Amino acid sequence: MSKAVQFFGSRWGIISVGAFIGIFAPLLQKWGNPANMGVCVACFDRDIAGALGLHRAAVVQYMRPEIIGFVLGALIAAYAFKEFRARAGSAPIVRFVLGAFAMIGGLVFLGCPWRAALRLAGGDGNAIFGLLGLIGGIWVGTLFLKGGYNLGRSQKTHTSVGWLLPLIMLGFLVLMLIFPQVQGQEKSGVLFYSVKGPGSMHAPLIVSLVVGLLIGFLAQRSRFCTMGAIRDFVLFKQIHLLLGFITLVVVAFIVNLILGQFNPGFEKQPVAHTMSLWNFGGMVLAGLAFALAGGCPGRQLFLAGEGDGDAAVFVLGMIVGAGFAHNFGLASSPDGVGPYGIPAVIIGLLTCLFIGFTMRKEVA
Amino acid sequence: MSKIIDARGLSCPQPVLLALNEIKKINKGEIVILVDTDTSKENVSRAATTQGWDVKSIESEGIGYRLTISKG
Repeated sequence: MSKAVQFFGSRWGIISVGAFIGIFAPLLQKWGNPANMGVCVACFDRDIAGALGLHRAAVVQYMRPEIIGFVLGALIAAYAFKEFRARAGSAPIVRFVLGAFAMIGGLVFLGCPWRAALRLAGGDGNAIFGLLGLIGGIWVGTLFLKGGYNLGRSQKTHTSVGWLLPLIMLGFLVLMLIFPQVQGQEKSGVLFYSVKGPGSMHAPLIVSLVVGLLIGFLAQRSRFCTMGAIRDFVLFKQIHLLLGFITLVVVAFIVNLILGQFNPGFEKQPVAHTMSLWNFGGMVLAGLAFALAGGCPGRQLFLAGEGDGDAAVFVLGMIVGAGFAHNFGLASSPDGVGPYGIPAVIIGLLTCLFIGFTMRKEVA
Repeated sequence: MSKIIDARGLSCPQPVLLALNEIKKINKGEIVILVDTDTSKENVSRAATTQGWDVKSIESEGIGYRLTISKG
């Protein structure tokens, strides 16, 4: 057991996990997930919001088992290695708002850091602007961190607090089994499904779930975090997490080449638009929100799985944010940004600045 | 008497930031850092080592750990 602990904490540990994701994300695309979207935490949370009817964008409705797997895999890993610690109480409302705006920023770009990496690995040049925006947003976040920004301490709490998000995910899985997709139908019981569009494209449930569980397990062990990768490099010149993120991109690129999924260019890329400024701007917002909240959207799921009730609130903020993004016309489409996407990014940035500037109290 | 930094309950990257600030401040000596997650324990240990400090001991304390780092 202690050897396993040492391995996952090592440089080779994080590289292996990046490689694992880099192999399986393109494979999930081959097995049915949308192009350059083998794993996208923002898109998949958004699809879950659609499956629940929190927004009614007909093309993005599916209860993504990968997300369920991420949380439950992390839960299993945390228990297996005696790391499950229920904790909560560190500015939950702030985390909710950051989650919502991170999602809105992500949907203006059309992806989270994970998908930005996969889009790049699939040849989508627009991802470069998204990644630059991500770096920019995180860089602003590090300035706040250096200036004393923090969300305050969490407290140890009842074990059941840490179990709530995993139980919600388990409940989502049970709903999928009770109300499975019916070919050609938009609704099955209480769940919404997409008949066309990205929401209709998915790998078989069991495949998505197993890959999700494995990634959740490995990422909890190795602390894989796409935001932390960039933040730690900017802040401490540490490359530990960055090695995992870079490995993901390189391995996914190679696997895409092998599978014939590499299509370089800017125009007509799958589930992407070419408005560079807003690909950049959306991800500045997302990157800043992730940095202020202490983790990328995947990491928030893994933290929620190991008992962090505040990360769970961030996740719920993302799902609700997806509802706003589609109901209010903030999310982009392959045609470009939504009618209110640009003001939403500006409001989101102002909100993040307000949070960053005002939450600088010294921790006792 | 070594300085004690209480980083329990703080999100990433606060425990590392607090530890590094103290490392820069005193340059050498001994620092005790209290953390409450394994992630923070690993991150602080890694950051201290890269600064040329030794992780002298890691003891379980309450729900977390007590890390002692030092540089001669």
